[in-house]
Amino acid sequence: MPEFRVQVGPAAFRIGSAWSAPLEQMAELYRDYPKPDFTDFTVRLEPTTWLRRWLRPSIAIGGDYMLPDAAPLPLAQGLLAAEMAMNLQMALGWRRHLLLHASAVERDGRVLVMTGQSGSGKSTLSALLGSQGWRFMGDEFVLLDPVTGQVAPFPRLISLKNSAISAMQAAQRDARFGPLLAGTPKGDIRHMVPPPDAIAQMAQGGAPALLLFPRYGYPGAVREVAPSETFMRLTQASTNYVALGEAGFTTLTRFVKSVPSRAIDYQSGEEAIALVEKLWERLA
Amino acid sequence: MAASETHYQAEPADARIVEPLDMMTLIYQRRSGITHMVGEPVPQMLEEMGRDAVDASTLAERLAASFDLGGQDDAVALIAERLEELAGLGLVERISDA
Repeated sequence: MPEFRVQVGPAAFRIGSAWSAPLEQMAELYRDYPKPDFTDFTVRLEPTTWLRRWLRPSIAIGGDYMLPDAAPLPLAQGLLAAEMAMNLQMALGWRRHLLLHASAVERDGRVLVMTGQSGSGKSTLSALLGSQGWRFMGDEFVLLDPVTGQVAPFPRLISLKNSAISAMQAAQRDARFGPLLAGTPKGDIRHMVPPPDAIAQMAQGGAPALLLFPRYGYPGAVREVAPSETFMRLTQASTNYVALGEAGFTTLTRFVKSVPSRAIDYQSGEEAIALVEKLWERLA
Repeated sequence: MAASETHYQAEPADARIVEPLDMMTLIYQRRSGITHMVGEPVPQMLEEMGRDAVDASTLAERLAASFDLGGQDDAVALIAERLEELAGLGLVERISDA
């Protein structure tokens, strides 16, 4: 089976596929990333049945960690299938960090973490900030080091959805984009290659300095979030809090006690960035 | 009242990690790996119990010295209720009926 290897932050992936197209797309989009000579996770894109390799090809995701009921995707969405599979390996299998479902950007060695439900805009905001003086660290997972408390980058491809696609194409004219994947379970998706500094510095972590819970589509507002509420929301946003046991508890309590936290509502990217800059100046 | 005569013993202090956060206190129980979020007076109860086997009235008396629990009867009922909940969570153990 043809395969492709890529390292994203501390994690090394090997992706095998029964078809060459998804691997060629990945090789192009991940061309500036290191090629690891070891493997943390193996992912396989396979036909749902042998016939499906040629006839209306339909992809099943396989790998070290799997969801038994994951619906197959059409071959045209092979890149999405590979990205989903890589995320799944991290979410279910990674043990070296506490994983938070969140995005992160860095400035002056200090990290802004943003978390929220799908549609909160955390991914788009991290991409926008990454083009405006911040270093993009990741739009899907924030990795907290249990020993140092630092955030390790995980700058995989940025997954833009629906209206965020045209917004980022306008904001980032020289960025590289993957194919438009229309009609996926999450609507239209287009992957964007993170800025060069995000890839070049992906081994370099930073100290968490501010946590935001953004919410898109509401009139601009800022609300202080108590540490106990933050703790509860972050246990829900973590995929491996329980699996890490005591290390998870001490890592998360340290984060919650040392990092100020705010919920922000916003109606446009510009408004959000102005809020972020103001809060960063005041709190971080 | 049988409930107030039941004796309870907390796990040793090193069986858990206690982290106070604003209104709530987090208790991580090493044995189960479970994180509990509790409010007053639960952290104070565990601290006051130490490793002694106590019943609700003894514990209410001890707590009254440093903590406002309202009237004595109410306090005993409240502490008895909390002790039963803690026993359910495995943070204290029912020892015996005195």
